[in-house]
Amino acid sequence: MNNTITSTVQPQRPWVNRRTSLKETLPAIVISAILSFGAVNVTGLAGPLGSYLAFILIFLVVSFLIGLRHDKVKATDKAMTTLVFAGFFTAFIPWISILFTVFKRGASAIYWGYFTHDMSVTSADDELNLGGLSHAIVGSGIILLVASAIAIPFGIITAVYITEIKGKLSGLVRVMVQSMSGVPSIVAGLFVYTLLVIGRGFSAVSGAVALSILMLPTVARTAEEVLRLVPDDLRTSAYALGATQTATTFRIVLPAARAGLITASMLGMARVAGETAPLIMTAFYSANFSTDFSGHPLASLPMYIYQNFTTGTDLALTRAWGGAAVLLGLIFILFTTARLAGGRAKR
Amino acid sequence: MQVTLPERRVITASRRNSDKIFLSTVTAGALSAFVILSLIAGFLFFRSTEVFQTFGLKFITSSKWDAGSVEDGRAAQFGVAAMLVGSIIVATLAMVLALPFVMGTALFLEYYVNRRIRFILVSILDLMAAIPSIIYGLWGYLVLMPYASDWAASINKYLGWIPIFKVDRANFDASPFVASLVLCLMILPIASSVAREVYSRAPQDQITAAYALGASRWGALRAVVLPFGLSGLVGGMLLGLGRALGETIAVLLTLNLVFEIKFQVLASAGGNVASLIASRFGEAGALELKALMAAGLVLFVLTLIVNFGASFVVARASRGN
Repeated sequence: MNNTITSTVQPQRPWVNRRTSLKETLPAIVISAILSFGAVNVTGLAGPLGSYLAFILIFLVVSFLIGLRHDKVKATDKAMTTLVFAGFFTAFIPWISILFTVFKRGASAIYWGYFTHDMSVTSADDELNLGGLSHAIVGSGIILLVASAIAIPFGIITAVYITEIKGKLSGLVRVMVQSMSGVPSIVAGLFVYTLLVIGRGFSAVSGAVALSILMLPTVARTAEEVLRLVPDDLRTSAYALGATQTATTFRIVLPAARAGLITASMLGMARVAGETAPLIMTAFYSANFSTDFSGHPLASLPMYIYQNFTTGTDLALTRAWGGAAVLLGLIFILFTTARLAGGRAKR
Repeated sequence: MQVTLPERRVITASRRNSDKIFLSTVTAGALSAFVILSLIAGFLFFRSTEVFQTFGLKFITSSKWDAGSVEDGRAAQFGVAAMLVGSIIVATLAMVLALPFVMGTALFLEYYVNRRIRFILVSILDLMAAIPSIIYGLWGYLVLMPYASDWAASINKYLGWIPIFKVDRANFDASPFVASLVLCLMILPIASSVAREVYSRAPQDQITAAYALGASRWGALRAVVLPFGLSGLVGGMLLGLGRALGETIAVLLTLNLVFEIKFQVLASAGGNVASLIASRFGEAGALELKALMAAGLVLFVLTLIVNFGASFVVARASRGN
């Protein structure tokens, strides 16, 4: 849209960083780095984490003292800024560690055959150039597809009810979707177990039903947000031309929100792709490559990781990391695709 | 000359048939969430009535979990007290550990960086929220645990005189402390994104006024943003609490389940309802399975209450009072 007003008044944002503050921050960093290096040698703090902690504490004091050159208000402000930065960056350390470990240790399990072999003739303890997780990838794919086939239509229908029909029950439906997103995954697993598995045995379909319960709220809420972004002009124009509500929804609103609805679906899939607890009680695990989705247990990536973890030997653990790397890769691909599709919708 | 007027068109406000079908289909579909929730509650209740009839209130108050044995003539006995208390301890501890980081992250993203960096960081945070719990569990057990045990040992050494930091045996592995560290990481993205959302709605004019009166950035945040965003922070933390209570796999991998009510968070013994279900499920007999269903029902009700509380608080916070 090019007809926006170009000279809107921007609200003042006085908290935005000023360049002058950099002049005082840089010396503080240098001083604290030197001091913390000394502190690590003198005290019991050791390793990178110990140095980090020492640096944060010393930087807190140093920035407070530098601030005192002006006044106490400035000093407190500087100290609190340090704390806020520390709060944010400390939270990122474990995540960096997770990504680093998963891909580093997973890499030693991955070779070409890893994606084409299954574990039917290989035990978790065999050398790493044998066996693979093709069965888990295909199993995860099947379970995810069936789960999506159930959850995505219901999720979008729920969103359509809230945004298009705006019925009397809208409030109730939203509360229900909200509560559903809080259902623990193990409870969803137990429920499907009582409903579908008792008497029939483990199957991929039951796993998919369990995952669709967890997926539905994510799809419904994201789809609702997306449908709200469709301008009302489109709806009123359609009505003015004599379109029924059915036609307006299917021919105008949903196509207009297509990219966003893809985002909603992808986010839903990314949300459940790594769920393990419900699969223990529904699809379970099988070491064989199979595409049979009813009546037999079916492997999946999370269950592959779990099985190898419970085996617990070094080689099995390396396999678990390999599975984790593949799973994380899959989730990141889903997530990035979701973001890209959503980004195109905005433009 | 006779002019024949066209017949007057009848305009009705009633819906076409296609619209009626559409309306009823969508309404029925939208109630699926309601139907599923009632089905879950109904099925679990139906399956676990026998357990509640047999053990009565002892199912909640006793902490003995014993499938019994036919040879010894030992009667089965099931109670989730230890697991329930354990769940609450682990989840609450995770909240306490997460609070400073949630506040730091929310304030940092909203008031300390510019819009472009914020967009990138928020995307990364969302991505971190998508890391599956099995990977958190794997990492927590194999990578974090050695560090966390060391930290626990130091805490015990210097603060051991505080009852909850006491231990009977010097084994700090697989303690509630380790499990709550992992949970703390898992709930951080969701809790901080809710808190950030509410912080961003803080009244602009009051912030500007605070600056005009000579406040520093922290002064303005403390005087305006933090009081305004308090209920949002509480709501976000409650939402995280609901997640933490229901988390299964990450806790199962990092916590040593012991059927005894314990408040020593550093000791290698704890309880968790969700992990109990996952760990006992495989080898459970008919009655124990029903007891696990009952445990699931207890967990379901507990998380439902916490989540209702959370969404109530968040809804009020977003309305801005």
